[in-house]
Amino acid sequence: MALALTLPLLVFLLVTLLVPIGALLMRAVENPEVARSLPATGAALARWDRRTEPPAAAFAAVAGDLASLDEGAEAGALARRLNSEVPGGRSLIMGTYRAVTGEWKSQPAVDAAAMRERMIALDPRWQELKYWQAIAKNAARWTPDYLLASIDLRRGIDGSIERVAEDQRVFTRILGRTFQISAAVTLACLLLGYPLAYWLSTLSARQANVLMILVLVPFWTSILVRVAAWIVLLQREGLVNKALMSLHLVAEPLTLLFNRTGVVISMTHILLPFMILPLYSVMKSVPPTYLRAAVSLGSPPLAAFFRVYVPQTWPGIGAGGLLVFILAIGYYVTPALLGGADDQMLSYYIAQYTNVDVNWGMACALGAVLLATTLVLYAVYRRVVKSELSLG
Amino acid sequence: MSLLPVFPAYATLLDKIGWWALRVLCIAMLTFLLLPILAIIPLSFSASSFLAYPMPGWSMQWYENLFTSSDWARAAKNSFIVAPSATVIATILGTLTAVGLARVQFAGKGLLMSLLIAPMVVPIVVVGVATYLFFARIGLADTYFGLIIVHAALGAPFVVTTVIATLQSFNQNLVRASLSLGAGPVETFFRVTLPVIAPGVISGALFAFATSFDEVVVTLFLAGPSQVTLPRQMFTGIRENINPTIAAVATLLIIFTTTLMLVLEWIRGRRR
Repeated sequence: MALALTLPLLVFLLVTLLVPIGALLMRAVENPEVARSLPATGAALARWDRRTEPPAAAFAAVAGDLASLDEGAEAGALARRLNSEVPGGRSLIMGTYRAVTGEWKSQPAVDAAAMRERMIALDPRWQELKYWQAIAKNAARWTPDYLLASIDLRRGIDGSIERVAEDQRVFTRILGRTFQISAAVTLACLLLGYPLAYWLSTLSARQANVLMILVLVPFWTSILVRVAAWIVLLQREGLVNKALMSLHLVAEPLTLLFNRTGVVISMTHILLPFMILPLYSVMKSVPPTYLRAAVSLGSPPLAAFFRVYVPQTWPGIGAGGLLVFILAIGYYVTPALLGGADDQMLSYYIAQYTNVDVNWGMACALGAVLLATTLVLYAVYRRVVKSELSLG
Repeated sequence: MSLLPVFPAYATLLDKIGWWALRVLCIAMLTFLLLPILAIIPLSFSASSFLAYPMPGWSMQWYENLFTSSDWARAAKNSFIVAPSATVIATILGTLTAVGLARVQFAGKGLLMSLLIAPMVVPIVVVGVATYLFFARIGLADTYFGLIIVHAALGAPFVVTTVIATLQSFNQNLVRASLSLGAGPVETFFRVTLPVIAPGVISGALFAFATSFDEVVVTLFLAGPSQVTLPRQMFTGIRENINPTIAAVATLLIIFTTTLMLVLEWIRGRRR
């Protein structure tokens, strides 16, 4: 009975989310183009050492594979794939494809050695090892390459795993930046949220409810409204700069927008309620008598606060901190609209690879990294909180 | 609310300073939370086309702009097609699940719950890319249907968690009484269980509605030009040219979502 009632939602989630996410994870390791279009070539190159000239049979296999492609679109996909591996791969494949399906069709069939001559005569680049290495490396249907690339690793020609050149290590930097921004936001939320949650917890239920509504208004307000509001406040002519200048705290207006400051401020604003709510619910259950006891026994109030009160709120700090951090690492809209080029987080690059670069393998691999990170953190959250995620 | 405290006799000067420091800090914090939202509202009535203070005068031109713009009208129409549809699906499926799961214990329930609330945890951009790539293959990209079902999936976990929370205090004897008096399980659900848990269902539905109504990332990937919603239109507006029309939309949205929230708090207050 229980399962029968649960089944509709389960099936619904399966179809709308879990299957697409599974497909995304598969795409992160999928490498179908070469395996699908050049099956015989892959077989002919299987025993090749990748350092000397490939066997003549491989040349014949390329010509044979290209000739038996069903449609030009498939050759195009293959050419694009090899081009992303070795620049020039597209013209090499498309040129050979046109020859194979065009003029060579009317010529008599030749043996492998003659086919090698014919292909090199058509395009001398067939003598260059890098194109053959790219074909051999991508001949398998599944590849770890995208996942490796998403943490700045790659396979060498002989298949060993190595770090990419220093100046090309972009993804570890992006990942580091994502963690850095999220950590800064989490810390800011904790520093701002803790006193406020503490104050709310000392008020009567009626007063706390009224003030809680003030905390919840921004929580319910659309994220895009809040982004627009922060642009208004933080711009050069904005209220924040006007206030700082009229207080003579700064002489020049500060640049607060389209840089890290703007991203951290607005993300803190958006995520603060997620810190306050768990802190508040833990603090409400901490009896104030312990603090009073410590003070009456001679402890200075501040020391008593940090040594007696704060330790009792660790569960709230853990829950709020993890929740804010988990939500922060997936942020996209706020950095995209309020950050500069150096403030974009992992999500931005996932979107970029999907929509702009149309390199879906890379997009999916980065998505897999983000998903895995989030799930690990969520598992930690579950151990700390021991209850379902709930915002109610 | 007593603004001036009555300190007990043993309170030291340090205690009093601490109390005042905390008040000042907290009021500063509440200002930080509310000021941005309050600051944008007057600018929507500004006579200037710059989003800056001081305003040279008052005008309703940005609201006129808004209500005569076909882009914004279409975005509003789309939002009020997608969000209510997603809410209905999420609420029906979520409530059924909650009713099924609230009273039973079995091995794997924890795992099942994790699966059901997965949409709350999975990074939204992953949902966006995954559904975009998958739906494009099966012809659901750029359709209302595709957008609605993903928004429903994102909202359903809120319904499940709030309704389960409400069912914790539901007296199961009411169901037994109803069944023993001859009502069928379906009639019992609609005439006994549902009226009692209605506040939970409505809260969950409001959460689901807000989730869809404010969703922009999945919409960026999945919606075609004809499915642009309000947040999606705002995203374009903010990115390309932020002007007081955006402030006018923002003001209307603030009024709308604050009303939703107050309704929710009122329902919760009645439940307590």
